[in-house]
Amino acid sequence: MSWMGPREDAENAFKVRLSLRTALGDKAYAWDTNEEYLFKAMVAFSMRRVPNREGTEISHVLLCNVTQRVSFWFVVTDPSRNHTLPAVEVQSAIRLPLVAVSGGCSSLRMNRNRINNAFFLNDQTLEFLRIPATLAPPTDPSVPIWIIIFGVIFCIVIVATMLLILSGIRQHRRKNKGPSEMEDTEDKWENTVKIENGIPCDPLDMKGGHVNDAFVTEDERLTPL
Amino acid sequence: MDEARPLWATPLQFVFACISYAVGLGNVWRFPYLCQMYGGGSFLVPYIIMLTVEGMPLLYLELAVGQRMRQGSIGAWRTINPYLSGVGVASVVVSFFLSMYYNVINAWAFWYLFHSFQDPLPWSVCPLNGNRTGYDEECEKASSTQYFWYRKTLNISPSIQESGAVQWEPALCLILAWLLVYLCILRGTESTGKVVYFTALLPYCVLIVYLVRGLTLHGATNGLAYMFTPKSGIPTRGSPALSLLAFQMEQLANPKAWINAATQIFFSLGLGFGSLIAFASYNEPSNNCQKHAVIVSIINSSTSIFASVVTFSIYGFKATFNYESCLNKVILLLTNSFDLEDGFLTVSNLEEVKSYLASAYPSKYSEVFPQIKNCSLESELETAVQGTGLAFIVYTEAIKNMEVSQLWSVLYFFMLLMLGIGSMLGNTAAILTPLTDSKVISSYLPKEAISGLVCLVSCAIGLVFTMEAGNYWFDIFNDYAATLPLLLIVLVEAAAVCYLYGLRRFESDLKAMTGHALNWYWKAMWGGVSPLLIISLFVFYLSDYIITGTLQYQAWDASQGQLVTKDYPPYALAIIGLLVASSTMCIPLGALGTFIVRRLKRRDTASVA
Repeated sequence: MSWMGPREDAENAFKVRLSLRTALGDKAYAWDTNEEYLFKAMVAFSMRRVPNREGTEISHVLLCNVTQRVSFWFVVTDPSRNHTLPAVEVQSAIRLPLVAVSGGCSSLRMNRNRINNAFFLNDQTLEFLRIPATLAPPTDPSVPIWIIIFGVIFCIVIVATMLLILSGIRQHRRKNKGPSEMEDTEDKWENTVKIENGIPCDPLDMKGGHVNDAFVTEDERLTPL
Repeated sequence: MDEARPLWATPLQFVFACISYAVGLGNVWRFPYLCQMYGGGSFLVPYIIMLTVEGMPLLYLELAVGQRMRQGSIGAWRTINPYLSGVGVASVVVSFFLSMYYNVINAWAFWYLFHSFQDPLPWSVCPLNGNRTGYDEECEKASSTQYFWYRKTLNISPSIQESGAVQWEPALCLILAWLLVYLCILRGTESTGKVVYFTALLPYCVLIVYLVRGLTLHGATNGLAYMFTPKSGIPTRGSPALSLLAFQMEQLANPKAWINAATQIFFSLGLGFGSLIAFASYNEPSNNCQKHAVIVSIINSSTSIFASVVTFSIYGFKATFNYESCLNKVILLLTNSFDLEDGFLTVSNLEEVKSYLASAYPSKYSEVFPQIKNCSLESELETAVQGTGLAFIVYTEAIKNMEVSQLWSVLYFFMLLMLGIGSMLGNTAAILTPLTDSKVISSYLPKEAISGLVCLVSCAIGLVFTMEAGNYWFDIFNDYAATLPLLLIVLVEAAAVCYLYGLRRFESDLKAMTGHALNWYWKAMWGGVSPLLIISLFVFYLSDYIITGTLQYQAWDASQGQLVTKDYPPYALAIIGLLVASSTMCIPLGALGTFIVRRLKRRDTASVA
């Protein structure tokens, strides 16, 4: 079938661009007429899902100007093969959902995904110029993940703090019941020595010297009953 | 008998506490920047000289004072000379300012840590704009990592005047950070002593893992080579090795290199805050603090050098990745415009194909030409930054391109958290030790309540930094609260010990305490060299501020997607002045106060007699 090229029906023609080597590397297949046949079949399949276009055949899809890139133009003609179908219809066909699902934007992409999968490509390596791919919206969970982790760590820290504070209070109470009077008088004596005449009595200060282990410690001064 | 002062369970805990305090975020995000700016290898010479001449002596001095006086900074300086109680108060005030803003960094580290458990990482992709046709505009103009930092984390306002509201997400993270700090300091040395094992050792584990990963990344050698080459490209005449050596020698003569080395050593060790005095006051009197001072300062500096190797291998990876993406974009553009076979254009034949296309299809080539970007590895490497920009923008950009990026992200922010918490332990110890030492306060409130109160007040004031303009206030505190006052404090400290208290008297005290004689080297440094160095740094900073005139800051412009320079409004300048004055004025005011109190007492005793 001959077609006068993209000039006449430019507004209804779409340019397609494939990047086989980028997508598949060494496993890239060669683009030949069989692959073109598959492409026409996929486009025809997409068109058949549009209401009133169920009769679209493979022969209604015309390809042109295949370059080394690989890129080409295609149009879809109506059954009489006289006019090309308007671009809007073709665009909506490519983007049509495979299964009518209520809600969920992901369903809009399913037809496009089907075409991509037939050639082992994705949106970036099989481009329909002029049909922008709807960007996949990010999946937002109902509760952001970071709040969950924050909550866990927060609870752990609060519990640990409470435990430490409570054990500290318990220790404090136990110490207070013990002999506290001896400690007070010792402290007062220490204080007066320190501030005599404004000169710090460092030489007399026990803190600076070596601790003589031969001396008994404070606890053992009072013999246990 | 002594009222039992809490002690470190082992001297190792003391060493680890000092290490985790000194080794902080500055080692990771300031030293690599300085190292690269002054030519890498040649910066190490002034750095090591300053370490031996300024860092080690002053560190030893602070540890010795703390261990000898066995009190926090206020009590210790009052014991040395009653007119010096203002020095201790100034240290506490500076530590208070520092702890207020420093914990905000931990809050940010928590924020990024919690967001690292997602696939993909939230800073690796731009969010979609309102009608889902493209990406968010601000994100397109800047990069996704910058967008995540400036918009999602800080939600920064265009200028410091527009304060905006408190952002609840960073505020929650800040509260958590303060709770964690409170948990660690709750029981004093008993709890701090155990925590420092983790905060001192875990960052090294992560750094070693990152070193191995970093060096095996593609393009790491580019970054390492860049670290050792001059920042300003000089024409390489003759052999490149010889001209490199010539440049290194040239940098040694650059006074700025020496000044920055001295400054970095000074602030990296955390001198003058009172934290080291506080830590040393919990030591056994017979502890060999000279050995510990040398060990801590050497470990601190080696960590800086180690961290800069890691940082630059990561830089190299990021720059190479961006450079190759840029080249790939150019290749794609040419392939699509000229319908060349996919895979025909590669990096190696790009230039010759470009010239062929320019000659074969001149008109079409000239159409496409404006869109072809000049990709340059150097310009990618030159985005070297310091500070929060390095940690939260550049590093995250490198991490998002690694495999299993969630793991690397978690490790990295966990390390930042450990470094930050370790430094916070020292900061809070500097505030709490004088408070708990004071009989007046500790008779009314138990230690836990004092700690809780300090944390609560700091947290409440720290919420200012979570507002929309909070980052600008953070920069003010970071740049001015602790720079000039610290130099003055340490200068007064060194002069006081040597000349007011008496170097010979201090020497005999140390000998009685530890049993070792004081080496002549320390005496020479304390008496002469170190104070002179501090004076010259002080003069340099003052003259720098005076010469630059108006102070400016970097504000984020959302419409352009980049930073712009703006002037501080008058009230911000007033607050800067207040910050500096409130700590430095404590020194003369303290002396004046003691003088007045004594005069009154003398008059009282004279009138009674």
